[in-house]
Amino acid sequence: MLRLEKRPQPSQLWMVLSPIIAVFLTMIVGGIMFAILGKPPFEAIKVIFWDPLFNDQFAAYSRPQLLVKAGPLILIAIGLSIGFKAGIWNIGAEGQYIMGAICGAGAGLAFYPSESFLIFPAMVLAGGLGGWAWAMVPAVLKTRFGTNEILVSLMLTYVAQSILISVSSGLLRNPEGMGFPGSRNFKQWDAAFNAELIANTGLHWGVVTALIAVIGAYLLMSRHIMGFNIRLTGEAPRAARFSGVKPARVVFFCLGIAGLLAGAAGLFEVTGPAGQLTGSFNAGYGFTAIIVAFLGRLHPVGILLAGLLMALTYIGGELAQLMLGLPGAAIQLFQGMMLFFLLAADVFTNFRLRFGKKGVA
Amino acid sequence: MNRRTLLTSAALALALATTAFAQDEEITAGFIYIGPPGDGGWTYEHDQARQKMEAHFDGKVKTIYQENVPESADAERAITQMALTGADIIFTTSFGYMDPTIAVAQKFPDVKFEHATGYKRADNVSTYSARFYEGRAVQGHIAGKMTKTNKIGYIASVPIPEVIRGINSAYIHAKKVNPDVEFSVIWLYTWFDPAKEADAARALIENGADVVLQHTDSTAPQAAAQEAGNVITFGQASDMAEYAPMPRVSSIIDDWAPYYIARVQAVLDGTWESTDTWDGIGAGMVGIGEITDAVPADVKAEALALKEALASGEYHAFTGPLKKQDGSDWLAEGEVADDGTLAGMDFYVEGLTAEIPN
Repeated sequence: MLRLEKRPQPSQLWMVLSPIIAVFLTMIVGGIMFAILGKPPFEAIKVIFWDPLFNDQFAAYSRPQLLVKAGPLILIAIGLSIGFKAGIWNIGAEGQYIMGAICGAGAGLAFYPSESFLIFPAMVLAGGLGGWAWAMVPAVLKTRFGTNEILVSLMLTYVAQSILISVSSGLLRNPEGMGFPGSRNFKQWDAAFNAELIANTGLHWGVVTALIAVIGAYLLMSRHIMGFNIRLTGEAPRAARFSGVKPARVVFFCLGIAGLLAGAAGLFEVTGPAGQLTGSFNAGYGFTAIIVAFLGRLHPVGILLAGLLMALTYIGGELAQLMLGLPGAAIQLFQGMMLFFLLAADVFTNFRLRFGKKGVA
Repeated sequence: MNRRTLLTSAALALALATTAFAQDEEITAGFIYIGPPGDGGWTYEHDQARQKMEAHFDGKVKTIYQENVPESADAERAITQMALTGADIIFTTSFGYMDPTIAVAQKFPDVKFEHATGYKRADNVSTYSARFYEGRAVQGHIAGKMTKTNKIGYIASVPIPEVIRGINSAYIHAKKVNPDVEFSVIWLYTWFDPAKEADAARALIENGADVVLQHTDSTAPQAAAQEAGNVITFGQASDMAEYAPMPRVSSIIDDWAPYYIARVQAVLDGTWESTDTWDGIGAGMVGIGEITDAVPADVKAEALALKEALASGEYHAFTGPLKKQDGSDWLAEGEVADDGTLAGMDFYVEGLTAEIPN
């Protein structure tokens, strides 16, 4: 008989091993799926994991794109992971991301066509504050009225989406856009354009901020008393209260920082890779970031790697569609498999497999 | 090289032996799709046209495509990667790919780009669209005649001129045959979302609409109408014949194949130039799907006559006298709308009660 036995302590080895095992299992099962679809399995795996990085023809383009795609995911996931550590489930990063983009873009467009060097920093600030303010709604409601932040933050995402549609076809619409929805294109306005800092590296201010956030979060969680309080609140809320941690402060701090980072990510995206505020610029980054946060074990360095891995499967998946004609749904299934196997392998972090009957003493 | 391509090339070589300057190397044509080819509507027709074009050139042209490309930063990457993998001509088939298409085109001056339904062109970027509003006129006529509740529901996608033109054209022609007709428009801000489309259709039907028109790409509204019974719909972008004879009583079909064949041929011949194409029923880019027996014979005859008049150019779907929604004059008696106004149309005609969202 096989049975699972709870480990006295989570296994450090399995914590590191399980993502690697998950990726390998995904390659095997995914490869079988590709073979059933009539596509060459080894080539498909190679196109997804290898070609974006090392293909002669287009790696020079797709490698920097990894950073472009991973940047916002990492930035948002870092903010979320801090809250998740404290047991504060902010599911509405997508809404905070959108509101950051709207506020930042709006603040900049108010000064169009000024060429002042202050425009972009002001936009980043407004973007961060926009996301922060949006996250304060569930924070206030939770601390004052005891509402559930999962529901409130999620619902606010739909509100943000509606506001986005409204401003992109109204208030912030490009007056020279012939009546079509969408703001001015920030790529054509130097003072507001979040350009690549070094040509052909994909490195824009959002990616730099994401890297700083990784380091900042690492220091916060391992060196600072607030990080300790956050972990304590998550692991033993009662103990935290007895030791003088104010739960409301943790809620405000965690939601605030997640909103701030998500809002900034939105602004960087809309002034950089997206270029334009439209009803569909957001593309679900705020939700994907939740996956990235968990895939990275809520650890800053893990999130950095998870963000890059996620970006790799996206870009590799696109290439597989192009070069091998794999259906888009198969790629999504492939990504889903990776998460499934991760969760499955994670069981062994907390449990071990035992053979035979339960020990008779 | 397998035997089949070997044979084809041999046949080609023979056929080309007589023509001196023919090109026989393969070119690649790429397509960027907003939805999956299985949407049964917009993307389905583009994909059908892609396949027809590929078959037409019989091995000379390779096609590649990418589906479900969001109108976000992902679009620019998808188009760039397509250009990098060696596509010689790329069709970007949704309005939201406009700025990304222009941006990528600047980086690849040797690749030809074709953007559907936009207005920005460059030396290597053409635009193309169809005069769907001609089909809407036929739809409006049938809808106005068929409605018993005098309430017509309209599922609109994104408030761009193309969609507004369709609403206006359908309304004008419904009103002409039924002065009591009322339109309710629901904006979904998406081109393809079966769940939202079904919800919108149900809401319109619950409010008494017995005709549901749609400018979104899936067949979900057809299914909702079928469920409700006694509601008629029209296939959008594609024939959607699986819902005939009821609820689908007719359809507007986009036929892109002749255009794709012509444009790829131009690349093969080296005669490709940046153009702006806007064709309607006459040129065959817009088709009217079979009008089923659920429509009374006299209405069907009138609708077909209207279609012929639009095709021959004898009648224009926007012919005065017409006023704008605010009551100001737009077209005088007998005057027809110019293409510039139609291309940037951002107003409703008189009689429509809602406001265009902005």
